[in-house]
Amino acid sequence: MSEFVRPKSKEEFALNFAQIKPPMNDTEAFYESSRCLFCYDAPCVNACPTEIDIPLFIRQINTKNTEGAAKTIYESNYLGNTCGKVCPTEVLCEGACVFNNQNVKPIEIGRLQSFASSNAIMGNKKLFELGNPNGKKVAIIGAGPAGVSCACELSREGFEVDIYEAKSQSSGLVMHGVAPYKITNEVVMHEMSYLEKQFGYKVIYNNIIDSRDKIKALENNYDAIFLGVGLGKTNRIGLNGENLENVFGAVEFIEKLKLQHEEVTIGKKVIVLGGGNTAMDVASECARMGSDSVKLFYRGDKTKMSAYEFEYDLAKGVGVKGVFNAVPLEILEEGGILKGVRFANTTNKSKKVPESEFTEECDMVIMATGQSKMVNFFSLINNLELDKKNRIKVNDRFQTTNEKYFAAGDAMNGGVEVVNAVAEAKMAAQGIKKYLLKVKA
Amino acid sequence: MDDLSINFAGIKAPNPFWLASAPPTNSGYQVMKAFDQGWGGAVWKTLGVPVINVSSRYGGLNYRDTRMMGFNNIELITDRPLKDNLKEIEEVKKYFPDHAVIASLMVESREEWHQIVRDVENAGADGLELNFGCPHGMCERGMGSAVGQEPEVLKTIVSWVKEVAKTPVIVKLTPNITDITEPGLAAVEGGGDAISLINTIQSLVGVDIDNFVSYPNVGGESTNGGYCGPAVKPIALNMLKNCAQHSGINIPISGIGGIENWKDAVEHILLGASSVQVCTAVMHYGFGIIREMTSGLERYMDNKGFNTINDMVGKALPNIKTWENLNLNHKVTANINADKCIECQLCYTACEDGAHQAIGLQKDVSRVPYVIEENCVGCNLCSLVCPVEGCITMERKDDGKEVVTWSDKTIKGTAPETFNDERAGGIGHYVPEPKDALNKNR
Repeated sequence: MSEFVRPKSKEEFALNFAQIKPPMNDTEAFYESSRCLFCYDAPCVNACPTEIDIPLFIRQINTKNTEGAAKTIYESNYLGNTCGKVCPTEVLCEGACVFNNQNVKPIEIGRLQSFASSNAIMGNKKLFELGNPNGKKVAIIGAGPAGVSCACELSREGFEVDIYEAKSQSSGLVMHGVAPYKITNEVVMHEMSYLEKQFGYKVIYNNIIDSRDKIKALENNYDAIFLGVGLGKTNRIGLNGENLENVFGAVEFIEKLKLQHEEVTIGKKVIVLGGGNTAMDVASECARMGSDSVKLFYRGDKTKMSAYEFEYDLAKGVGVKGVFNAVPLEILEEGGILKGVRFANTTNKSKKVPESEFTEECDMVIMATGQSKMVNFFSLINNLELDKKNRIKVNDRFQTTNEKYFAAGDAMNGGVEVVNAVAEAKMAAQGIKKYLLKVKA
Repeated sequence: MDDLSINFAGIKAPNPFWLASAPPTNSGYQVMKAFDQGWGGAVWKTLGVPVINVSSRYGGLNYRDTRMMGFNNIELITDRPLKDNLKEIEEVKKYFPDHAVIASLMVESREEWHQIVRDVENAGADGLELNFGCPHGMCERGMGSAVGQEPEVLKTIVSWVKEVAKTPVIVKLTPNITDITEPGLAAVEGGGDAISLINTIQSLVGVDIDNFVSYPNVGGESTNGGYCGPAVKPIALNMLKNCAQHSGINIPISGIGGIENWKDAVEHILLGASSVQVCTAVMHYGFGIIREMTSGLERYMDNKGFNTINDMVGKALPNIKTWENLNLNHKVTANINADKCIECQLCYTACEDGAHQAIGLQKDVSRVPYVIEENCVGCNLCSLVCPVEGCITMERKDDGKEVVTWSDKTIKGTAPETFNDERAGGIGHYVPEPKDALNKNR
């Protein structure tokens, strides 16, 4: 089926995973920015969790004040370039663009945002002055979008910030989880090192916080601690055969693909289980890796999928076939080798249809069944309360039930977009400031 | 089929679209190419006293991604030898005997004028255009706009030309003057057969903010030039109207200034032009734009039932009056068509900040703004900023029965007379308290 052949080199990989939001050149940015109407109380701004003044930065690009545009962006969103590329702009800013109301193509806000911010990154433009040191130290656990955003804001406010990161790079899921056709690792790294240099916080890599002793040490050495730990491994759903070879969790699979794609083997017939955005990503990625057939099975009706429509369209566009109202019953093996998945049809109310069972052959299964919460880690911290869904409970300043701890991002919101983590973490930093500097609300 | 042909003060042409005297008419090659593609006439690049041109010569005014909304040049009249130009005029006329070739001229003394008129008429020119408009380079030498700004001098030179001219004489006027009808009248008094307007407007098109010099840059220095292109059309139209409505100026007028498409041409014609001249649009897009211009003009004439160009010349003039004769009772207010509204709220912010606070927002209900009728003065601003054609329309609100003008009021003694006179219109209008302006977001 596939129009994609298994990539054998870095170049072929880049070709198969061509950027869906490629960089704009000066001319394109100029013409695109010329179209913006400069709406009053602009809907694009209201649709952005970080409330970037979009009409302003577009006008700045148009008047060749690209550096000013970058400043406008970073002022509101420290992951300006990353968000320009990985945000679901179709349902956020660009989806809100008033041009949609007359079927005119909305302004390509995401690409314009990346144009201005990458210009600042590549030119290593200094956009911010750091605040005078206030003598307070904050530890951040996790150098993902939340942790980095929090670190930038705190550094600007004069805090000394150390980020403890379990892995060897920052950016969290952006590097390890976002589909490669949305952003390249190289682009992610450029923004990460730009921010580190610009804001001067320290990232301590390969340093996992996984014991009470380590937590104690942090508590003794820092005035406050921010939790930006995200989510854990893919949820297992209790199917027979889940532990077979060639049955993967989506998050684990994607991470390997992003870091070592040359070592990833792809089945000829792949089954993806799930209906979220991660399921769409992983299905699309398998197709682009040259699999002959990629089928995505979702237990409910197509309209019930949590994935955005445009994400499903992207997957369909590379040959992924969606199968709906099909619930997996067990993963089949023969002599320890994966053979297929047995499904039953469901009604629209997700009830099994009697005698509707069928078997789909495959040599690879990817379970995009959500990520687990880091409950073991949370239990290391005293008085850290979780909600019913095991998300960290916070107040309106993003302070947890243990007053020294603040939290934002997936660990707190259960897993939304990068841009949500960035927005919340910036507010959490302000919460930390109020807490440590006794600033009145 | 419409008849687009014209007889302009005795100069015949297959259509009213002429190339203005400028770089596109610098050579026989260009004029032949233009005629071949459908242009009806060409005013040759001004022939006359010897000059040297500089490099560079042009500057453009862009609006966002639109190039050359306005255009500025510091080029002078032709720098090619007169004999070459004469030879080429002769050749063009051989190929295109029915097209209008008009020689634009600029010399100094009476003898020079006599000689050059004879030369170009011998070469076959169908008419003459006297360049009294060039606002840079030539005026410092006492020619071009220096003549156009002195009605008496202009009149004298026109009469010199008329002493020998056998073909119609068009006098080209400069807009760099307070009242264009003064040189217009002088052209009539001197015996001119027609006038053409406007020449370029003296201008600095922009400043290079990195190098502290205006455009165009001639080795780090610059000078003022002549402004033209779409941006000057409104100025040209007003001057055209002033001349066309003047009872003393009863000779044909060739309209020039910002003509880029058929509609621009029609506007000039409706204000009294019986031929139109184009330069910047050709310098931007080439001679090919003539196809759109003739097609649009023909369609318009069909729709309006005009058979000849003459049928439409000056059609709009009777409706253009002085301000004091406008109907003060006429009342329109804005109407927002919600079906077409894209919710950009530009009308809201324009009215709020730039007009009369007559548009409101339905907070938390819908982004479609609404008009506060009693505040709306019918200024049009909202409909002008609205990006959707036909979304905001101005609806008539008065009954149209009684016409009252400022003139009437002055005669009847009902016009407001003191600074706080309640008979002035603004007294009933709602204006928010100054302090209400504070702490409004964005």
